[in-house]
Formats: sequence, structure tokens, C-alpha cells
Amino acid sequence: METLKAEHISFGYNSKNMVLNDINFTMDNSMILGLFGDSGSGKSTFCKILTGFIDSYKGNVLLNNKSIENGFNPIQLIYQHPEKIMNPRWNMGDILKESWNPSEKILNEFGIKREWFNRYPSELSGGELQRFSILRALNPKTKFIIADEITTMLDAVTQVQIWDSLLKYAKKYNIGVLVVSHDDKLLNKITDRTILLDDLNKQ
Amino acid sequence: MFKNKKNNKPWFLYHANLRVKTLFIIIVASLILISIFLSNFFINPNTALTTDFSNINQAPSFEHIFGTDWMGRDMFVRTILGLGISIGVGAFASVISTIIAIILGSLSSVNSVADEFVASVIDLFGSIPHILLIILISISCGGGFYGVILGVGLTHWTPLARVLRAEIKKIKTTEFIKLSEQLGKSKWWIIKKHIFPLVISQIIVGVILMFPHAIMHEASISFLGFGLSPHEPAIGIILAEAMGYLSTGAWWLAFYPGLSLLFIVLLFDLIGENVHKLLNPQTTNT
Amino acid sequence: MNKLLEVDNLSIGFTQYFKGLKQRKLNVISDLTIDLYENEILAVLGSSGSGKSLLAHGILGILPPNAEVNGLMYYKNEELTDELKEKLRGNTISLIPQSVNYLNPLMKIKYQAIGYIEDESLKNEKLKKQEEIFERYNLDKTVGDMYPHQLSGGMARKVLISTALLNNPKIIIADEPTPGLDKKSVDETITDLIDLKDKGVSVILITHDIDTAIKTSDRIAILYLGYIIEVTETKNFKYNNENLLHPYTKALFNALPENGFKLTNGHQPSYLNIPKGCPYQDNCEYKTDKCLKKVPPLVKIGTSLVRCYYPIIN
Repeated sequence: METLKAEHISFGYNSKNMVLNDINFTMDNSMILGLFGDSGSGKSTFCKILTGFIDSYKGNVLLNNKSIENGFNPIQLIYQHPEKIMNPRWNMGDILKESWNPSEKILNEFGIKREWFNRYPSELSGGELQRFSILRALNPKTKFIIADEITTMLDAVTQVQIWDSLLKYAKKYNIGVLVVSHDDKLLNKITDRTILLDDLNKQ
Repeated sequence: MFKNKKNNKPWFLYHANLRVKTLFIIIVASLILISIFLSNFFINPNTALTTDFSNINQAPSFEHIFGTDWMGRDMFVRTILGLGISIGVGAFASVISTIIAIILGSLSSVNSVADEFVASVIDLFGSIPHILLIILISISCGGGFYGVILGVGLTHWTPLARVLRAEIKKIKTTEFIKLSEQLGKSKWWIIKKHIFPLVISQIIVGVILMFPHAIMHEASISFLGFGLSPHEPAIGIILAEAMGYLSTGAWWLAFYPGLSLLFIVLLFDLIGENVHKLLNPQTTNT
Repeated sequence: MNKLLEVDNLSIGFTQYFKGLKQRKLNVISDLTIDLYENEILAVLGSSGSGKSLLAHGILGILPPNAEVNGLMYYKNEELTDELKEKLRGNTISLIPQSVNYLNPLMKIKYQAIGYIEDESLKNEKLKKQEEIFERYNLDKTVGDMYPHQLSGGMARKVLISTALLNNPKIIIADEPTPGLDKKSVDETITDLIDLKDKGVSVILITHDIDTAIKTSDRIAILYLGYIIEVTETKNFKYNNENLLHPYTKALFNALPENGFKLTNGHQPSYLNIPKGCPYQDNCEYKTDKCLKKVPPLVKIGTSLVRCYYPIIN
């Protein structure tokens, strides 16, 4: 059992205006947990803090009660805009292999075609790019996935395809998933339990 | 119907897309510059520049298209040799400047103290008039060819260093660099694989656009007498000497060498701008 | 009901350079055919980043010069030429842009709202009208003197709507009005759009948010890879999928979390790799050789229009 814990997280872009105030949060890797918040409620900021994208916050992010070591971060972020976390001058094969080299079987499960490996990010559709960014995050060393509005920009059909592959994989390899969204209907459908960011955030 | 004509040289250029035209301009301009530079090695100044007092101060003619000087030397050969030296000085100086700019640009990305330091050094060098600084460095390094190269090379890195500092800063805040860190990649790996390939185009353009400045500054200080020694056939020297003869009506002594220098400078500018178009397609999408 | 606007076979493409000497053609809109009637809300539904905004820009005639545009458009049966577009733009047809980023950050709101007017008395008249409209949308008098960055999300949306209304338009094009808004503001936007219709304005709602489309519109046009694949009455989306005809539209309905979250295999390719033949072939379980060869035409079945050789009719 792996646990992800956030203790007394506070963060503000300036001192007057705190986005997050003393947040405490725990989840383990058997869970598909939902985190609901409206736009502007600070959920993206919270996701970035959990995954090390922002490091100037107060409080602690702990994995199994230890702080995160340098090197590969077992808590990986998947982002709303996959093109922003890909170097535009790299081809898709290099982008995926920056993390790991999945087997043909896994590529198939995620609906990724080998022929896309030679293309550049600007040559794939949003759904195709998001498949790559998800699979890249699912490195064998990954214990938790923080999925920040990952299907908001996609159509409903692609949304189902993406969640289906991600959640099946996560269950199989015991990866905990935090599903962050403003879409309560989606959260009810795919998560075991949903918490509200506003309840955690002591404003 | 135009498609069939595509391979019909030289008209294919008319139908080619902008990218091909750009490449064509770059190649032609580079060929001109390279041939001028290389001619320096093939023209033997001792035989080509014989003093011939029967032919002094001749106006331009088919035999001497740039005319001759007061010692009967062919001004065309002198100009070509002078331009060759200018390009050589420009090349050496650009290499020195680029190395300094890259070192300072990378240093600025280490931490905020280093960044402050780099910013102040850039401002310091930027605030002193170029010519003054070049003359000081050049003289303190003993003058001559190497003095000029050091003088020009040590002063022309500021714009490129400034661009690199800003560019590296911008790239470092992108999400894909942050992700790379979370994937456990080392700082050095990120610099090598992500940052460097993204700034290399800036560096190339910066270097090419540095040439015209370096060449002009070399010519200026040689003209003022602080640069290359008087027996080098540099453009600055030619122009300085020509000053004494202008009043006698020998306009061609200054006119053609000056025009050629301008031409070379404009060619470098042209190459720089077109290379920029080629390397940064997203900014030039028409 | 009278036809206000007719878009016939509209295609919009760009030729762009992307790496070195390579050039590529991007067909963002391949075949867009829609009609807008008086007093209706027509939703154009398509996934994000698909360049749906280009439809709005095409109707208003504000596409960038490197765009290749084909097809015809008519306003009240009169061909919508570039001159006519310019005449109607901002008066008869106006745009609610996606965000305040479309406003000039250095200009006070009220002057942007009325636009550039030289005549002093005309200007004061317009300013008066602007104040009235702002009041109607519960915007304080001081809002007119603010700059765009001082507006909150909800205020900004109201400013954009009231600005679009200033010249009594017949048609309003609302370009993605909901993303990035909290639930309360989304609901308000929906009320505002329906309110516009009640005032006699026709609305083209360009959106990727199927919920908003269902809650506001009378008809929905579904855009897939730059093709209109189905135009259907909104009520067909409300209870079951029986009256939806295109396999994609059915899949879309079934994929909604409230309708079963059903998985359909396949994937939606990028605009650079639009397949020959039917755009939906990669996901379609009913496809035959015919679908791979030629794009199906848009045909009328009942009250719907559908682009499919094998529409699913129960």
C-alpha cells in the first residue's frame, strides 16, 4: 500500500491573496479519487504542487510519509493541454521515450499507432497527443497519477476512450489516480469517491 | 500549366515557394562572401599589387575597373584583399563573441545571483561606447591584427548574450522542462537535449548578424589609425589613405572600397534575416 | 420562418510552413453547410482546437489573409460578399468573442463598446445607449470607465454580451462563451443566450460544451474533422438517441457520463490526416468500401440533415 499525503499546503501568488490555505489531503494507490472544483478555485495549482511543478509552497507533500526524493517523481501530472508539456521540436517517439519505452501491447491498449512516432506534436490531434502524455506518465516507477482536467478539451467519445485505457491500466498496476475536474457528472461516473476542493481549502 | 515549367531553369525560382527562394538567397550571398574571402589566399599581393608608376591615379577603366592609386596599384585587387581581411576579422571576432555570449547566457540560468551578475556585466559593457572600448582593448593587446580581433571580439557579445539570457529564461519556465525534471532528468541532460536545440537557431542568427557590426567597427578603428597596421591592405587603411587624395579629384580611391564594404555588410544582413526566416517558420508563415 | 443566414459548402484552409522547407495544407473546415432561421439558436458543436472560431471569422470576414476560403454565404438570400460582410459586421451581425483578451487593454470599456465615432453628438448618443444596455445587464455605471483587466470573469462576459447588443444586431455569433467560467456563470450565460432569442435575435452558438448546447439551442449542428456530419433538432438529444442518425452523433450521446459513458473504439485523427472518404471511418463500425472512397453528401432525412451512407434509422 502506498499513500500520498499533503500536509498544511498553503500557496499564493502574492501574500495578500492566498489561492490555497492549509490544505490536508490523503489518498492511497487503490483509489480512483475525484477532486471537484470550479475554474479559478486553485485546483491546477494544487495539482502542480502535488507533482513538484511548483516548489515555492508552504507545507509538505509526502509519499509513504517520506518527502519526495530527487530523481524520477512517482507522482506524475497529466495536464489539460498535452501540447504544453511536449517539446515542439521533438518527435512523438522521443517524447514518449523521455520517460520509458512501453511494449507493443501497451501501445495498442492506449490506441497509439507506431507510425505516429515520427510525427511532431503539431501534427497530431488533441486526443492523440493526450494518449501520449498519459502513457508517458505511466512509467513503471509511477505510483500516483494526478489528472488535471485531462479530457476537458476533448469530445465525449474521445473522453470515454481515454478514461477507459487510463483507469484499466491504473487498476491493473495499482496506480492511484486523482481525477481533478469541474464536471461533476464525469466524476460521479468514474471515481470511487469525490471530494470538494472548497471543503479542503480553509479560506 | 505552370507545374510543367517547374524544372525549367532559371524560371523555377519564380514558381518556387518562399522557402526555396529564401534558401537560394542565402546560398548566393554566402557564395559571394566565401569567394571574396578565399580569393585572399589565391591573390599574391607581391605580384598582383606591383607598384607601377606609369599607371598612377588612373580613373576607373576596363583595365582597372576600380582605378589605380598613387603608386599605380590596382584598386580592385586592393579592395578584394581588404574585404577578405575584414571578413576574416569579422569571423574571428564573431567566434570569440559567441563563446562569451554562450558562457554568460548559460551562467545566467544557474541561479539568481549569477543572473544578476550577468545582467550587470551586460549592462556595463553595453553602456560604454563600442569604439572607445575597442580602441582601448586593441591598444592594450598590442594592436595589429590580433589586437583588433580581440578588441572587436570582446565587445560584440552583449546583444547575443542578452537574447540568450531571455530565451533560456523563457524555455526554463515552460511546462515540458518542468516535466523533464519530474521524470528525473539531470540539469545537464535538460540543457543538452531540450534547451540547447531550442536556442541554437538564435545563436546562428546572432552570429551572422554580428558580422556586419564587427566588420564596420574594424574598418572604423583602422581608419582612425588604431587598428590594423598601415601595410595591411585593410579597407579602413585604404579609406584613410584615400582621404589625402580626394582633394585631387581621385574620387574612386574612396568610393569603390567604401561601396564594397557597404555591399558586404548588407549581404551579411540579408543572410542573417533569411536564415532567421528559415529557422523560425512559426514567426514567418506567409 | 424566414431564413436569415445560409452557409453553403464553406471550406477554410491554410497553407503553412512548419519545418525547414516543408509546406503543408491544413483543411480546418472542409464542408460546412448550415442555415440560420429567424428567432432561433443554432449550436455548432465541435471538439476544441478544431478551429470552430474560423466559422465565425469567416462569416464576419475577418479571416487572416493567408486563409483559402471557398463556398458561398447568403444573408437574407443576398450573397454575402466581402463588401456586404464589412457593412453588416458589428451592426447586423455581431460577435461575442471568447474572452476579454479580444479587447484593447489600454482603452476604457465604454469607448471600445461604442467603437470609433468621429461625430460628437452621435458619439454621446451611443454612449447613452451603452449606459442603458449596461444597466440592463446589471453592470454598474463605473464599469464603463474601467479597463479590461479590472473586470472579473462574470463582469467581462456581460460586457462582451452588452457590447455585441449595442447596434441592435439581427444575428449574434457567440464563440465559446462558457469555458473557464464557474457553474453559476455558465448558468447565467445560458439564461442570457435564451434571453437574446426572446428579444428577437438569432444566435449561432459555437461551442464544444454539449451541455450548454442542449440547454440553449433549438438545433445542433455537429462538426467532425471540418465536416458538418449532422444537423438535428436539440430535442433529439434530450431523452434517448433514437432520432440521432449519424453513428458519431449516436456515439457522442452514448458517451456522455449521464447516458452510460459507453466506449466506442477508434480515434479522431488530426486535421493534417483527414482520411479520404467519410471523415468518421476510423471509428465507424458500419463502414464499407464505399465509405473509404467518397465523402458522403449531406442528405435530408425527416427534419435532420445527415452525412452518412448508412444512417441509423430505428
